[in-house]
Amino acid sequence: MTDVMDPLAAEIHGPSPRQLLKARALSHKGLIFGMVVVLLLVLVAILAPVLAPHDPYAQSLMTRMVPPVFMGGSWEHPLGTDHLGRDYLSRLIYGARVSLMIGAIAALISGVIGTAMGVAAGYFGGKVDAVVTFLINVRLAMPVVLVALAVVAILGGSLTVVICVLGLLLWDRFAVVMRASTLQISRRDYVAAAQVIGASTPRILLTEIMPNVFNNLIVIVTLEMAHAILLEAALSFLGLGVQPPTPSWGLMVSEGKNMMLFEPWLVLIPGAVLFVLVLAINLMGDGLRDVTAPEGRS
Amino acid sequence: MLTFIFKRLGLALLVALTVSFISFSLLFLSGDPAAALAGETASGEDVEALRRLYGFDRPMLVQYAEWLFSALRGDFGESYYFKLPVASLIAERLQVTMTLGLCGILFALVTAVPLGVIAAIRPNSLIDRVALFLSVAGQAMPSFWFGLILIVVFAIQLGWLPPSGAATWRHFIMPTIVLGYYAMPAIMRLTRAGMLDVLNSDFIRTARAKGAGETRVLFKHALRNAIIPVVSLAAVQMGFMLGGSIVVESVFALHGAGYLAWESIARNDLPTVQALILVFSMFYIVFTFLADVLNAWLDPRMRSA
Repeated sequence: MTDVMDPLAAEIHGPSPRQLLKARALSHKGLIFGMVVVLLLVLVAILAPVLAPHDPYAQSLMTRMVPPVFMGGSWEHPLGTDHLGRDYLSRLIYGARVSLMIGAIAALISGVIGTAMGVAAGYFGGKVDAVVTFLINVRLAMPVVLVALAVVAILGGSLTVVICVLGLLLWDRFAVVMRASTLQISRRDYVAAAQVIGASTPRILLTEIMPNVFNNLIVIVTLEMAHAILLEAALSFLGLGVQPPTPSWGLMVSEGKNMMLFEPWLVLIPGAVLFVLVLAINLMGDGLRDVTAPEGRS
Repeated sequence: MLTFIFKRLGLALLVALTVSFISFSLLFLSGDPAAALAGETASGEDVEALRRLYGFDRPMLVQYAEWLFSALRGDFGESYYFKLPVASLIAERLQVTMTLGLCGILFALVTAVPLGVIAAIRPNSLIDRVALFLSVAGQAMPSFWFGLILIVVFAIQLGWLPPSGAATWRHFIMPTIVLGYYAMPAIMRLTRAGMLDVLNSDFIRTARAKGAGETRVLFKHALRNAIIPVVSLAAVQMGFMLGGSIVVESVFALHGAGYLAWESIARNDLPTVQALILVFSMFYIVFTFLADVLNAWLDPRMRSA
């Protein structure tokens, strides 16, 4: 698919599919908003040491529970301090690292597991399909929050354990969607053609199937990343996820909960940031689906 | 139809059996369950005694078979913490969780179905956009945070509702909203899509052509057909919600099965945790089975699947 540069040719052929895709993407407000916010938060996470005004772990008993600047605080601590006198803005900034890292790696692990299962089920069918469908059913029957909490409690709540547990639990949507898309693609003539000319199975999977299910995969990656971030926050809120003093947004809500009566901002600020991040990722995922599969839009 | 039911029943039983094995093996995830139970300060003899007392010295499969057969008789062993039979402990707490789950799904249906219908009648109208926004926001809202905000506003600032506990029906209002809000987006989207689909079909055109009133067309002809998949989705969501009630129950200090799960996990009370995972899974399996059967009964095309 080469871009048509010659004006005469452009008149004959019209805009190329890639140009159409770009035009659709740029006119999709949700997608643009989501991408900008996610990109900003990724930058914040990467540049955390530069951006954070204070050490997120430094406690100071002299300056505990300073209110944010818009509630009568000072610019020394723009978003105030928590019950241990730690700068709230700095903890929020480092918290972006925790959320994004857990979301990205958990989505990657579950993506690899779910895609392998789904593509195998969709392409080979028969017994493989039956086994994969059964495993999906088993996984869906397990209450995620409960199992994740129990496993984290048994193995101890470290960042690695939380990431692995979420990665091993959230593959179901990948498997369901990849199975359906692969089933659809493998009935196409070009797959039959590749089989007829004697291409090996791995070659067909890699060069014929994967590129054609890739768009769907990206959409699920974003949605599951949002899912993983929300679950990590919930686990940490319940005290069985990321452990203190690591700055996790869910943990910050949980720590602020006891002082909610007098200092509601301790709960409101980290929750709002979490909401905005998850909303942005979801809008990005929904937008990508609209843009890459315009025929499926309702 | 009967073949379909038996096939699905067999599958459901197999899934249940696998889930039971997974929840049982959690006990062995920590390595040595006897050492975990005895604690870090226990001597080697104490650990040995505990191992023999709970039968941890036997092969895992033997222990699993024994646990499974007792579980089938409704005996899940004794809670390490409460020193009470796990089964009665859970049965007692399930009332709160079932009430909450039922209220939650009713709340979701009562709000999401009308919104979905209106959105489908007037696509791209203000209500459609508001409904779409609510469903996108709903998926991004951390439920524990939403619950805390409701507490701050309605219990602390306004003083209209009690912040926590389960004594009266007023205690259930906020938890119902938080739990139900979680199921709303999916129900709303499915109602909207189903209605749009049905409204464009031939029999609706025929109904309109023969002069049926618009209300009659919408409710008697269209909604009846669009609601079928929504009902089975609601059953599946109900299964999910019972599992998700753990967060809501801990925010509002509702002493239901979810709260029990949270307490038991924090206290390392494994027999209770195992039983709860199994019970919550069973609810999901039963609800999805019922949804499948309902679907197949209403729509014979589904029976071949």
